[in-house]
Amino acid sequence: MRDTTRPDPDALLAQIHRESAVARQGKLRIYFGATAGVGKTWAMLSAAHRELAAGREVLVGVVETHGRSETAALLEGLARIPLRQLAYRDRTLPEFDLDEALARKPEVLLVDELAHTNAPGSRHAKRWQDVQELLAAGIDVWSAINVQHLESLNGTVGAITGIRVHETVPDRVLDEADEVVLVDVTPDELTARLAAGKVYLPQQAERAARNFFRKGNLIALREIALRRTAEHVEDDMRGWRIEQSGAGALQAWNTSGAILACVGPHEDAAQTVRTAAQLAGQLNVRWYAAFVETPALQRLPAAARDRTLAVLKLAEELGADTSVLTGPAVAPELAGLAQRLNCATLVVGRPATRKGWRRWWPRAGLPELMAQHAPAINILEAGRVTTSRRLAHSLQGVDPSVSARAGSAEESTSDAPARWHGYAWAAAYSVAVTLLATPLIGVLELTNIVMIFLLGVVGVAYRFGRGPAALSALLNVAAFDYFFVPPRQSFAVSDVQYVVTFAVMLGVGLLVGQLTAGLRFAVQVSGSRERRAQSLFELSRELSGALESSQVVALGASAVQRHFGGQALVLDMDSKDKLVLPAADKVPSGFDSSVADWSFRQGQPAGLATTTLAAQSWHYIPLKAPMRVRGVLALEPARSRWLLIPEQAQQLETLARQIAIALERVHYVEVAQHAVVEMESERLRNALLAAISHDVRTPLTALIALSESLSALPAEAHAEAAAAIVAQARQLHALVNNLLDMARLETAGGAVNLQRDWQSVEEVVGSAIRAAGPSLAGWSVETALDVDLPLVEFDAVLMERVLVNLLENARKYGAAPILLGATATPQALVLTVRDDGPGLPAALVGQEQMLFEKFTRGQPESATPGVGLGLAICKAIVEAHGGTIAATNATGHGALFTVTLPRRAPPAIEA
Amino acid sequence: MPQPVAIVIEDEPQIRRFVRSALDAEGWIVFEAGTLREGLTAAGTRQPDLLVLDLGLPDGDGLTLIRDVRQWSSVPIVVLSARTEEAEKVAALDAGADDYLTKPFGTGELLARVRANLRRQRAMRNDADPAQQVFRFGNIEVDSTARVVRRAGVEVHLTPTEYRMLNVLVANAGRVMTQRQILNAVWGPAYVEQSHYLRIYMGHLRQKLEADPAQPVHLLTETAVGYRLVI
Repeated sequence: MRDTTRPDPDALLAQIHRESAVARQGKLRIYFGATAGVGKTWAMLSAAHRELAAGREVLVGVVETHGRSETAALLEGLARIPLRQLAYRDRTLPEFDLDEALARKPEVLLVDELAHTNAPGSRHAKRWQDVQELLAAGIDVWSAINVQHLESLNGTVGAITGIRVHETVPDRVLDEADEVVLVDVTPDELTARLAAGKVYLPQQAERAARNFFRKGNLIALREIALRRTAEHVEDDMRGWRIEQSGAGALQAWNTSGAILACVGPHEDAAQTVRTAAQLAGQLNVRWYAAFVETPALQRLPAAARDRTLAVLKLAEELGADTSVLTGPAVAPELAGLAQRLNCATLVVGRPATRKGWRRWWPRAGLPELMAQHAPAINILEAGRVTTSRRLAHSLQGVDPSVSARAGSAEESTSDAPARWHGYAWAAAYSVAVTLLATPLIGVLELTNIVMIFLLGVVGVAYRFGRGPAALSALLNVAAFDYFFVPPRQSFAVSDVQYVVTFAVMLGVGLLVGQLTAGLRFAVQVSGSRERRAQSLFELSRELSGALESSQVVALGASAVQRHFGGQALVLDMDSKDKLVLPAADKVPSGFDSSVADWSFRQGQPAGLATTTLAAQSWHYIPLKAPMRVRGVLALEPARSRWLLIPEQAQQLETLARQIAIALERVHYVEVAQHAVVEMESERLRNALLAAISHDVRTPLTALIALSESLSALPAEAHAEAAAAIVAQARQLHALVNNLLDMARLETAGGAVNLQRDWQSVEEVVGSAIRAAGPSLAGWSVETALDVDLPLVEFDAVLMERVLVNLLENARKYGAAPILLGATATPQALVLTVRDDGPGLPAALVGQEQMLFEKFTRGQPESATPGVGLGLAICKAIVEAHGGTIAATNATGHGALFTVTLPRRAPPAIEA
Repeated sequence: MPQPVAIVIEDEPQIRRFVRSALDAEGWIVFEAGTLREGLTAAGTRQPDLLVLDLGLPDGDGLTLIRDVRQWSSVPIVVLSARTEEAEKVAALDAGADDYLTKPFGTGELLARVRANLRRQRAMRNDADPAQQVFRFGNIEVDSTARVVRRAGVEVHLTPTEYRMLNVLVANAGRVMTQRQILNAVWGPAYVEQSHYLRIYMGHLRQKLEADPAQPVHLLTETAVGYRLVI
């Protein structure tokens, strides 16, 4: 039946993921037994000794000997981690020391009693979660468990033995265990052991336990254990076959026969979910759990709603995808979902036996209704468990008092006053209608007066819903009867016909009320759906514009806060892959940095509404992007129960994912930019080295040679040699100046520290010409400055540098005369330096801006010394002043450099 | 006339040597100091006629030495500084230094500064009333008795402020004056930050006294430091 030829890509990915995770994960071995006393711990310790003898490092994390001497004897010779003493209320509880185990990182660690519930205040609620963290750290773990501790078998075993245990382990822990070792003894032998006192039993539980160890029970439990082990073996076999036949035969999820469990508000919902989980496990199909919220169910007390959420959470733990649907009725919604998810089987709870008068009320149950809406689906009615079991502990995420408080707060703040209003208005309306109609008695027929009353009922029903409508109908009937129907001033009715009137009035009121309630519910539902979609849409739109991680962090936090209320924080990671925690003085109350860090490192949610450190008031969710965890989203929602509603939890997850992806995108943008910058600086470094090696060596060579030749030269030639030395040294000095200037302008990171002051252009031109004097070698500079140039604000030293560089350039590449001009417009000062030479190289015409790049020269192999920094320095300085610099060929011939600086009105001068 | 005494306070032995040989050749007796402490001791005991001081000394800031020496002596102090530190030069001049030289500098430049400062010093010492003199630079005559300025023999009209400013520069001819010093002397202490006044009035003076105001020969700008009147 299964299509094994075409693997599902998702399954392939999952397989690869699992394999890569397995590569660094420790292996879990579970010693599995039917009941306590079969010898699991003994078997585990014996194996540990063998392993130790084989040379592996074995460490005992925690082992319960239950006072059995044989077991205790086996502990001899094994290294143990001392138990941690955890203070709880007025006692101290010894607990397994997880951190110590992680720190010592043995090859094999023994952690007994997998189903154990940790003392409050531990990192995880359950020991199996400790074990998962150990496995993730690459430590092999051996543990032990009984059938009754398996979540899905818990109900069944409870039904058989009549004893329930509250410490359970999700089935997937056993399913995903690498090795399952069945520890088996026959019931007779076990009974004999019990009789011989080899099985330790606490005094207070002895009697109950003796009941438990009845032979019938033991046989049943053994059968369950054997079957469960066989299932595991079968899985192993299947896995092995797949492995043998290669990836091509990867088995896809058999989605065509998926199972849908319908979670109702009744107490047996948990059993329904367990049955579905078991069935799905046996059939190896995907399964889902859904709760349909109808107007009727909306009126349920908060406690019942919380129970429903707890059941959904249980379903999730058992491996289901959960959802909450909303609609006017259960059956059509479920049928639609089953069709969408391609479910073949629907598991429903058995309807409660009706009590009292309701027994006589013929009403179709969910199975019948489903049969009408989805004739093709198989319906399985899960049996009820006789001993009802409280589910409170499944709600580990939420302190029951908290959720109850949140629930009742909701009731009292929103619903109750509205309801009171409604009833008051209903009564007032009746009085008003009566008063209005009284003068009309003679004028209108009674049938028409009835219409006025009916209108009142419809109005109340429309405005305030069913309850007030019923009240209004009753009051109106009473008023109509008393004041209008003869005999008046009495409730007696002379004409039986009026009974019909009363009935219709009541019926219309209730009907309209019902419709209104349904309508309002639909509006509310579509409203909340819209809100969810809206907040996702807004966030994705905002994030698409974000270019820096700080923006993503701020936008993400505010989006989550908008949706969930309360407080939200987005924590990014730094370049060293560490989570950036808020500064000590900015930590919001209740926020725990260590939990955030744990969530970040483990990639798992923690805190409120999770099974890890559930006592926190904040919920921490890792920001998982495709490549890695990018940070943590921390949320302290306005209402903690929100996080238990699957839709809201999914919403939070989606928001977190969007933020994570945005962070990753921004990260890679930064990486790419960094790479570009690296390449650019690499190019610059090479250019710099090339330039220096050429331009520094040339004058240095000349200096050395000239100095050495001094002693050999005749005295009259000394002056000439000395002049040459000075010229070379000056050239070297100019080069060093340029390099230093560039470095100074560069290290300022674009934000050059300008010493702006009001300067006279004439003065700067004059000092520049004087400073450039030695390098101009006798060439004169003509100036053409506007008369009455205003003062302009700039850094005189740097602008002088610009002019000196331009003048030197003109001297090097141009021809005399050099013309320096300055004019002022109301907004700008324009300085021009023009020479009479050949102009810019033809190759550069059209891309003159190239000249201003660092280490770029008009003619790369020019004999004229220089490294191509002068113009780059000019550009940096001018741009720091907010100005522009341009090079063109002047009309006629020669090159023309134009510097434009913005200017504003200079300060006034007192005469 | 006895041989003048100079103290060179500089931690670079190469530069010390070159300054020494330049001054030796001019007939100076030169004492060398490698640290601030040595320099202070020498200045207190050798009765110098000139201090050449490097601002970047290993054991302290040259500024402290200037302030110290200025408490008891008006000996000319020429400061040596690296190129990029205009603010440092201004601070040294405001503290009482007479002139500065930017590294790298040549022997000619050094000796020209030394001579100019020494001449000014002597002029101040010899003439109790410098106002009696007629001061000349280029084709300009400043007659401080008649309060008249002539250019190539023709009287030039100067406003009172312009005249005061020219007078300050004339009194310190050859020496660099910081913007603060000029502003303080001409406009008063309240105006020491109003450097744009200087630019405007210096512009006026150049228009009236220089052949090409854009390429002045006498009224020179020391960019970002101040002005100097060169004869």
